[in-house]
Amino acid sequence: MAEVRLEGVSKRFGRTQAIAELDLRVQDGEFLVLLGPTGAGKTTTLRLVAGLEGPDAGRVWMGGRDITAAPPSTRDVAFVFQQYSLYPHLSVYDNLAFPLRSPARRVPEDQIRARVGEIARLLHLEGKLDSRATQLSGGQMQRVGIGRALVRRPAIYLMDEPLSSLDAKLRAEMRVELKRIQRELGATILYVTHDQTEAMTMASRIGVLDGGRLVQLGSPREIYQDPVNIHVATRLGSPSVNLVPRALFPAVRVPEETVTIGVRTEHVRIRKSANGAAVGRVRWVEHLGDRSHLHVTVADTDVITLADPHADLAVGDEVAIEMLSPLFFDARGERVRRS
Amino acid sequence: MAEIRVENLRKSFGEFLAVRGSTFTVPDGDFFCLLGPSGCGKTTTLRMIAGLELPTSGRILLGGEDVTFKQASQRDIAFVFQLFALYPHMNVRANISYPLKSQGTPREEVRQRVEEAARILRITHLLDRSVSGLSSGDRQRVALGRAIVRKPLAFMLDEPLGALDAEFRELMCGELRALHDRLKATTVYVTHDQLEAMSMADTIALMNDGLLEQLGPPQEIYDRPASVFVADFVGSPPMNFIPFRGRLTPGDRSVRIGDAAVAVPEAREGTPEADLLLGARPEHVQLSAGSELRASVVDAEYLGTTQIVTVTTAQGATLKARISSEVPVSPGEHTGLTFRPEKLSVFEKRSGRVLRSALHQEAARG
Repeated sequence: MAEVRLEGVSKRFGRTQAIAELDLRVQDGEFLVLLGPTGAGKTTTLRLVAGLEGPDAGRVWMGGRDITAAPPSTRDVAFVFQQYSLYPHLSVYDNLAFPLRSPARRVPEDQIRARVGEIARLLHLEGKLDSRATQLSGGQMQRVGIGRALVRRPAIYLMDEPLSSLDAKLRAEMRVELKRIQRELGATILYVTHDQTEAMTMASRIGVLDGGRLVQLGSPREIYQDPVNIHVATRLGSPSVNLVPRALFPAVRVPEETVTIGVRTEHVRIRKSANGAAVGRVRWVEHLGDRSHLHVTVADTDVITLADPHADLAVGDEVAIEMLSPLFFDARGERVRRS
Repeated sequence: MAEIRVENLRKSFGEFLAVRGSTFTVPDGDFFCLLGPSGCGKTTTLRMIAGLELPTSGRILLGGEDVTFKQASQRDIAFVFQLFALYPHMNVRANISYPLKSQGTPREEVRQRVEEAARILRITHLLDRSVSGLSSGDRQRVALGRAIVRKPLAFMLDEPLGALDAEFRELMCGELRALHDRLKATTVYVTHDQLEAMSMADTIALMNDGLLEQLGPPQEIYDRPASVFVADFVGSPPMNFIPFRGRLTPGDRSVRIGDAAVAVPEAREGTPEADLLLGARPEHVQLSAGSELRASVVDAEYLGTTQIVTVTTAQGATLKARISSEVPVSPGEHTGLTFRPEKLSVFEKRSGRVLRSALHQEAARG
């Protein structure tokens, strides 16, 4: 395992600036997740580290060595793609052993056996080693796909949305699995996704990408609690943070430049108003089971709050709203901090 | 608008029984979700209500009128499919107008109603655009426009959001519910996604293997699941089940799991010694160092306000707890588990049926 560093890396495809002056350091043993929508530059970043693309500017370092110009085959990386492509005519064992049998590596068979056995145990595939790849379920196939990367001990694992083709239940299981495996192996992983839950639950640190730029880098907690701008604030949290015009709550004291107030659903406190102190009316109660989302209409804006499912509030009730820990943003969407 | 009544509805395809006798009423103006895994018979039920399939036996009443053997075109129902089939060579206005034009509605009225539908769906600015360039959300809005422009007695929607990604689905759920609140039209909505059903429905009918497992408002189904199937299908993460062997006598207020006595809602129904399951929702599981029910932490998943902590008990059961993200938890840590007693359910393992208790007052379905 080793540290990987991108330094001022830019990449352009025709007229599209895919990556712009990206500085990023993936620490040894870290699970770093790049989060962003389609076109943010996530996959390009992975491909630059793998050597499948060359940067227009900047340098790529791996374990202190400049690999900017090194061909992909000489880079010590393992890539897991979104679409696992297994060899259908081979058994699970042979699929897992395949990367170790490459002529470039020449690993003795007894070592291969030990390594495949260990990875099969980690991925709970021990009972399936003799099965053909085609006899597996989707989740098992994806685990074999991941296992084929894990049998090697590269400096870094590069993973491109490896869970996105799985159904919700399996995805939830694999999130826990993948994090456990990463911890047990002490692996360094650079993982890209557009799924905020994957980023929040697995990452040591999250890098939020927008339009080829790294907007913020930090632990899931830091990114969630202390976003640098509106883009980052809306990337994490479900439902997304409430963004309301400053004028909607004239009584709230805000820094002067504030144009938009952001407040997370769990920081909106509401109570039934008795004496005409109402600022909003409950439009809809959305049940989640463990909690409810109350959609409250204030003037023409919908404010979503998190409430106890058994709270005594119903559609049509007039309510007063209190905001705890509001976030303030200026006209450009940048965070304004209280001085 | 109208009430829909379904009586003893059955449908077989050759040997296969798709629907095994459903009876339910969709009240006038209700947002009614048929929920269940694929193959449970939900879409077949919807298609029978719409007249796209004929039932093997049973009756369907629409606004009090028996429509069981009427053709789809005579039922005054609008159907929205999962894959919104728009006419690619027509623009948005022509697509929305189509059902009215084919009915021979006068031109001036068509224009007015199309514009009204577009206003409700907030797609007025798209009316003269070609449908081929539209985003998937806008295409779905156009498909909805084509349904609402007819002002039918009821809407049937078959997984209309199935093709959209998660974030967008959430947004469309909000829009669909807001649309329903404006139109107040009786709506039957089919989905396999429990979150869609929980967030939008007034009433959920949860189906399994051709049978109606449970019918009720979302919170009721969540709080008082009639069976293991329901408890497992609804909620994310789903309910935890802790297997144990024991017997219950009416009036009992606790069960024994390993060495620990776990308080439960007062039993209203007894059982001789049998394999049972204690059911606890993740938010009703707490970590408590002092508890006799021992467990070790496997993982903690940060979700903003809450975190999901996965633990394994000394007996080998895996559980998930939803607790505040302020509580520091690390993998490998040893801890104990406690539960919110008034929220727990006890199920018979063999049948999956919930045992009646102070929480589950009414007789559970067999």
